[in-house]
Amino acid sequence: MSLLKLRNLSVEFATAGGGFRAVDQVDLDVAPGEILAIVGESGSGKSVSMLAAMGLLPWTATVTADEMSFDGRDLRAMSGRARRRLVGRDMAMIFQEPMSSLNPCFTVGFQVKEALRQHLDLNRRARHARAVELFEMVGIPDPEKRLGNFPHQMSGGMNQRVMIAIAIACKPRLLIADEPTTALDVTIQAQILDLLVSLQRETGMALILITHDMGVVAETAERVSVQYAGQKVEEQRVEGLFDTPHHPYTAALLAALPERATERRLPTIPGVVPGQFDRPEGCLFSPRCRFADETCRRVPPPVQGRELGLARCHYPITSDARRKESAS
Amino acid sequence: MTGTASEPVVVAKALGRDYSVGGGLFSRPATVRAVAGTSFELYPGRTLAVVGESGCGKSTLARMVTLIEEPTAGALSIDGHAAIPANWAGLRESVQIVFQDPYGSLNLRQRVGAILEEPLKINRKDMSASARAEKAREMMRLVGLRPEHYDRYPHMFSGGQRQRIAVARALMLEPKVLVLDEPVSALDLSIQSQILNLLLDLQERLGLAYLFISHDLSVVRHVADDLIVMYLGRPVETGPKDAVFAAPRHPYTKALLSATPSADPAGRRERIKLEGELPSPLAVPPGCPFAPRCWKAQPRCRAERPELQGAPHPAACFFPEA
Repeated sequence: MSLLKLRNLSVEFATAGGGFRAVDQVDLDVAPGEILAIVGESGSGKSVSMLAAMGLLPWTATVTADEMSFDGRDLRAMSGRARRRLVGRDMAMIFQEPMSSLNPCFTVGFQVKEALRQHLDLNRRARHARAVELFEMVGIPDPEKRLGNFPHQMSGGMNQRVMIAIAIACKPRLLIADEPTTALDVTIQAQILDLLVSLQRETGMALILITHDMGVVAETAERVSVQYAGQKVEEQRVEGLFDTPHHPYTAALLAALPERATERRLPTIPGVVPGQFDRPEGCLFSPRCRFADETCRRVPPPVQGRELGLARCHYPITSDARRKESAS
Repeated sequence: MTGTASEPVVVAKALGRDYSVGGGLFSRPATVRAVAGTSFELYPGRTLAVVGESGCGKSTLARMVTLIEEPTAGALSIDGHAAIPANWAGLRESVQIVFQDPYGSLNLRQRVGAILEEPLKINRKDMSASARAEKAREMMRLVGLRPEHYDRYPHMFSGGQRQRIAVARALMLEPKVLVLDEPVSALDLSIQSQILNLLLDLQERLGLAYLFISHDLSVVRHVADDLIVMYLGRPVETGPKDAVFAAPRHPYTKALLSATPSADPAGRRERIKLEGELPSPLAVPPGCPFAPRCWKAQPRCRAERPELQGAPHPAACFFPEA
């Protein structure tokens, strides 16, 4: 039974130049206690699809879905009040820039306790005790003193720990981490990733990790969903994805990693991600794909079976037809 | 290719830069030692990478080599001439810089042609307008921009294309040294490889020397010939790239390599977990700056500062690995 279930989710933004589809027919399942990574480049809709699930998109966005449920409860039918009770308590999110997500005018202690006050029935003393406990959990030294600090008095890594403390304050069952370490240095990134994974193990919550960094994916995720230009193009277990990618985009992305380079020239993906006005008719990746043919350019590709990683491609690289073709 | 030339184009000896900060109504002025005791030689056709975390002084080093900041200690010479402010004007043509963020480093109100011609307008006053335009178009071809891009504005380009414009602008004066300050960290993975290839091509064709500033070790591993690892303003380890990556001697280098995630799920391993964070550059610990976070630190490390020394490549540590 999945905790978060999205079927055919699309998000369209009303812009001055007409509608812009940021998320296009995305399916997603997260089981309790699982670590799922969503990877993609900028503009692939990875953040927007999760913001849609959280209900945090602005009014210019139109969210449509066949199903959008959390723990069996339909998120679309829910009243605003009921949804606000859920968001921040059972499903929580942390963002890329800890400095700009925290309110500079309030102490971090106040901001942690605010989450507790909103969602839990605790008195003042119990809230304080819980805040101290949370700071200890996320590895902030000297919690009693740190609770009185303002965000500008702490480093980026410490602020991200505060964000994590706020997110896990009400023991969520799903934590969505949107590029949690992109703004941080590598040694701090390693600390934060270790913290997220150990918290996930301790509490048994599900974790969705949104990232563009293949290294982070390989080291933390169990299952990976790859997005391109708003569509999910492939989904696999992490080992399979790095060993045998099915979609040409995934394969090209992995080949472009400098650490996988076999020679001095890196393999490149020509061109750029399609924008609002040059969306191709058929497969969205076809203008940049070295395998694309006339069918790819005209007909939107089907979603292949699970054995082919749900690849949204006419000719997945690992399909039998393709193998025969490259053998001949 | 001029990569075999043996004369270094940039020589830095014990380069340092202090800033004084504070000194307001209620606080005493303090000195931040942004960079100290950094020496290196940069040869034509080679890439020297400077790696380290934020606040380690790598950008200050880039600014000194680009003649934006004057060093407060040590000596810098470029192309055989001492780089003192009196000589700056003449030397600036030899050193150019490409910044991290192509969205911030290009003037949005200038067309690509004007952006590329501006360095010539200032530095080659006797060049005719048509010769400038010709040179700009030639440079656009070289970096892979199309001729019709000449009349466009920066906002009409993607991040990767803008970084090409920034590289083209830096090359307009035919510099010998290009300082690349995190040139690909603002770009997506699929674009990053295009720009890295372009930089490698240009280096081979023009024999450029690169000072490559980056925090991304997988990129550095791919492009660099030599490496300087910095921590809190001081180099802690230097050497040929392969030697440093294969056998890091300084514990910090080791931790940095271990913390960098690798794109191989089978290779998940125990990371060296560094305790704590970078100390403030205003309060650099006496002794080894890395000692408070180091798992091997001894009383001696907290009292004395280790010098950069030893073989096979130098490291600033009393108890180096191997």
